[in-house]
Amino acid sequence: MQESSAQQAHVHAPPQGFWRKHVFSLDHKVIGKQYYALALVAVFTGMVLSWLMRIHMVWPTARIPGLELLSKNGAPAGVMTPEYYLSLLTMHGTLMVFFVLTNAPFAAFGNYFLPIQIGAEDMAFPRFNMVSFWTTFLAWVVLMLAFVIPDGPPIAGWTEYAPLSAVGKDAGPGMQWGASLWGISIAIFCIASLLGALNFIATTLDLRAKGMTLMRMPLCTWAWFITSCIALLAFAVLLPACILLILDRHAGTSFYIPGGLVASDRLQPHSGGSPLLWQHLFWFFGHPEVYIAILPSMGIVSHILINSMRKPLLSAKVVIYSMTSIGFLSYMVWGHHMFVSGMNPLSSLTFSFPTLTITIPATILTLIWLGSLYGARIQLTSASLFAIGFISMFVSGGISGFFLAQPSLDIYLHGTYFVVGHFHMVMGVASLFGVFAGTYFWFPKMTGRYMNETIGKLHFWITFIGTYLIFMPMHYLGLIGNVRRYQSFVNDFMAPYLWLHKDMTIAALITGAAQFLFLFNVIYSRFKGAPAPENPWNCTSLEWSIPSPPPWNNFGDRHPIVYHDPYQYGVSGSKGDFVMQDSPEQIVGSGD
Amino acid sequence: MGKFFAVVLVLIAILSAYPIIGNYFPLPEDISTHGHLIDTQLHDTMLEAGLAFIGAQLVLAYFVFAFTGLKPDSRLKNLPGGAKLVVIAAFLIVGAEVLALGAFGQKAWATVYFVPPKADALQIQSQAEQFAFYFRYPGPDGKFGTIHPDKIDEGNQNYFGLDPANEPEARDDIVSGELVIPVDREVNLMLHAKDFGHSFYVRELRIQQDYVPGLDLAIHFTATKIGKYEIVCTQLCGLGHYNMKAYLNVKSQDDYDKWLKEQSQ
Amino acid sequence: MASTVASTVQSAAGFGSKKEAVPVSFVGSSADRASRSGIWVGIFAITMSFAAFTSALFVRQGTPDWTHILMPSVLYLNTFFLLASSVTLEISRRSLSAATIIESHSARRAKLWLLATFALGVAFCVGQYMAWQQLRAAGLYLATNPNSSFFYVLTFVHVLHVLVGVAAIVYLLGRLMASHSTFRRSLFENTAVYWHFIGVLWVYLFMLCLVKL
Repeated sequence: MQESSAQQAHVHAPPQGFWRKHVFSLDHKVIGKQYYALALVAVFTGMVLSWLMRIHMVWPTARIPGLELLSKNGAPAGVMTPEYYLSLLTMHGTLMVFFVLTNAPFAAFGNYFLPIQIGAEDMAFPRFNMVSFWTTFLAWVVLMLAFVIPDGPPIAGWTEYAPLSAVGKDAGPGMQWGASLWGISIAIFCIASLLGALNFIATTLDLRAKGMTLMRMPLCTWAWFITSCIALLAFAVLLPACILLILDRHAGTSFYIPGGLVASDRLQPHSGGSPLLWQHLFWFFGHPEVYIAILPSMGIVSHILINSMRKPLLSAKVVIYSMTSIGFLSYMVWGHHMFVSGMNPLSSLTFSFPTLTITIPATILTLIWLGSLYGARIQLTSASLFAIGFISMFVSGGISGFFLAQPSLDIYLHGTYFVVGHFHMVMGVASLFGVFAGTYFWFPKMTGRYMNETIGKLHFWITFIGTYLIFMPMHYLGLIGNVRRYQSFVNDFMAPYLWLHKDMTIAALITGAAQFLFLFNVIYSRFKGAPAPENPWNCTSLEWSIPSPPPWNNFGDRHPIVYHDPYQYGVSGSKGDFVMQDSPEQIVGSGD
Repeated sequence: MGKFFAVVLVLIAILSAYPIIGNYFPLPEDISTHGHLIDTQLHDTMLEAGLAFIGAQLVLAYFVFAFTGLKPDSRLKNLPGGAKLVVIAAFLIVGAEVLALGAFGQKAWATVYFVPPKADALQIQSQAEQFAFYFRYPGPDGKFGTIHPDKIDEGNQNYFGLDPANEPEARDDIVSGELVIPVDREVNLMLHAKDFGHSFYVRELRIQQDYVPGLDLAIHFTATKIGKYEIVCTQLCGLGHYNMKAYLNVKSQDDYDKWLKEQSQ
Repeated sequence: MASTVASTVQSAAGFGSKKEAVPVSFVGSSADRASRSGIWVGIFAITMSFAAFTSALFVRQGTPDWTHILMPSVLYLNTFFLLASSVTLEISRRSLSAATIIESHSARRAKLWLLATFALGVAFCVGQYMAWQQLRAAGLYLATNPNSSFFYVLTFVHVLHVLVGVAAIVYLLGRLMASHSTFRRSLFENTAVYWHFIGVLWVYLFMLCLVKL
């Protein structure tokens, strides 16, 4: 039964007018760029917050000029109060984890490139996609409002443990409206992410072009797909958690607040709730969330590595299975954030085993990346520098996780800078390296222009060395018991190590400044960068078979047909050293 | 640039390992009976992790050195053994580590959590609140008075909300801002949170445990060295979190008895 | 089905140019497949959320201050309404022609049963509101005790999802009532899948409340 040609042939009509083209666009490419722009704003905000925090940590009584403009109460005469330090800490974490690390590698690049890489015209649900971005934007606005209200942002950290986050203003400054704004913002963010994940999954399952089997999808597409499956379940749990938190705060319920609490000299009118319930629900989301942050970067890095070294990975299938098993295992380990939380100590042991087991696929991935470099012909560009740097960072950050996975070691290391070093290296650096690599790599496709390679390489070197200088020392500080989330270090045992904090602060300021090189490069190259051809990197995946920038419906009027996997590099007998996925050229002895 | 990258990676590996090998950030002295288990495990893990870290960074450095800047027609090679070797290696390396550390690690954890406190362990209760720790001793009657949250009165130093007027058990309870204990005697420390989540952390004791509002938790330990050690809060509890601390004062048995007597007066 | 036949024919014809066009129907049916996947994925997410609420319930239920409340009697009636609405929706759906695109004027029977579904769905929502009224009359509000908290939260969140289904049914009714319009069969199918899910979810919540609360 053939459908009539009067039937809707395209997923949506070509955009007309300014608002439809650039603001409320249904085009996944515009939406991807919007997510990226939001992530850029969030990451620079988060970075400035971290500067303020680091400066304050080593010079607690110093006057930071202009800070009183940000908050009269939080920084009278420019001197940061202890509570404002915690406010900045909370906002830093929330912005970075949600609005940068979920947005940039996943929502931004995934939205832009997943449909193209599978040969589709757009996402399955373009209207949902648009709603998903603007809902994320709304969540960001609500969160940022916390800076503007007189009481300031919440002070309970991005993890907002109950009952500190649940009782309301008796918990301290920022815990009245600030914490409520946080809860509402994150709940809205959950809804946006669920819509986004839904789109990714349906698109990947059903809109693949002819010949694009699942196993022929590029590794970054696989990563986005697995990430969206994880995200679907994770955010579906965080949303109820936030709803219950908001109810405890405003409706007098006691989901998380037990009885008999006396805060600010007031007996709190709640009873029977469980603070551990919040931790379980939060970390059930929170652990998969960190894999949501890293998996897309793993996929992007794999894709760029293959292209840069002109040879496939030792086995793409093993990489896919490893990423999938990481996704699966990520749901079994959340209790490792709660080893000393007061939950049943037997549970701690049971959580420790899958945590240690996750090391296996992570090691497989690392060894595959490393092993594939052997015998390759690596071309160093800004993109590939960050991709290779990612491997180094992932090793460093991942190995410290190995310590924390053991409950007996966690007794000593929990709540110290060892943990802070660990998660910054994997999330704050490795994951971000994937974003940088992706930006340099895909910029020519998105804009038709190259980014400046000299500035790009300089950006890489300062960032690579700088982030090691900032975050590696944190592990040593953790070993001597440096406690985290302290606005300054008044403990006796910290005195001999304050010099190291000063060095880290200086490294942070310099490395942070270098990020403006990147920002400048992005903006300048957008308008004045050297023009780039359709396939500047000689890459095999479908996005490189269409013009730069792509037309509104990606492939024009044609529907691509895929003949190969995207790893056909160094193929003997082919013209050039690569074969594009949609080239009908026959490959002797190809694996697919 | 590939050669430079390799050099940077080697430097990173060496400079990162150096502070550990040179022991520039030594663990605080261990004054507990169970701490050596944790310390040994930490050292073992550091050795394995350190080898893996240095190995990976050096291998990466070598590959970057050897396989960048090659001519466009240079031959591509594959790692002998391919993906199969990698998967087997990963399982073996990690499997061995996991088994060793997981199995060994049980002992340290079990000693802290699965071995119950001795019957004659010294019972002390601690309360964490914004932003101080208080400790309560049961006094000669060996019984603790009930905590009445509505009777808590910071101004009159009734931190625990005791009701000595109506409860005989509460009358001889001793409240202190310092955790004073005798050396070489097992202590069972009960943890009670007055308002929010806090955590009890003494580095030298190799002990850390959260206070959970609504839950009555306890940890037990034995201190083996006389001295004063810092107790710090490691669970974000509000604006004064950074300053929330107390002292663990380990005294000889005689000094402890003397101190206890003084408090009762 | 059709697209697979079409593409097999084309590959058998041995076309090799990467720029050759593929028939439009391929695009159309993939959109239908995607929307069906989308509904199931959405159902999965909603299930996960209610699983989270359920686990919160179990944790909370273990505390000493748990008391039982009486189920508002109107809930039994509401359950009947919702299950009946699934039946009427199925009758409506099965009366549609087998085409991918359906013309409204051919779906008269479907229209009536869909109206019945709408009425029953609204009756359920009104009934839930009355259940809350019954609870309030008994002095049970959101924060009164943990039981009542969960009851209000679970039923309220469920009703929100029912209202989404009602909106979809209203949209379909709009299409069916208009004289010269058409609608995609997949839209009807997906609405049906979603609506039946909401019914099954309610049965689960109902049993949960009965047994636990």
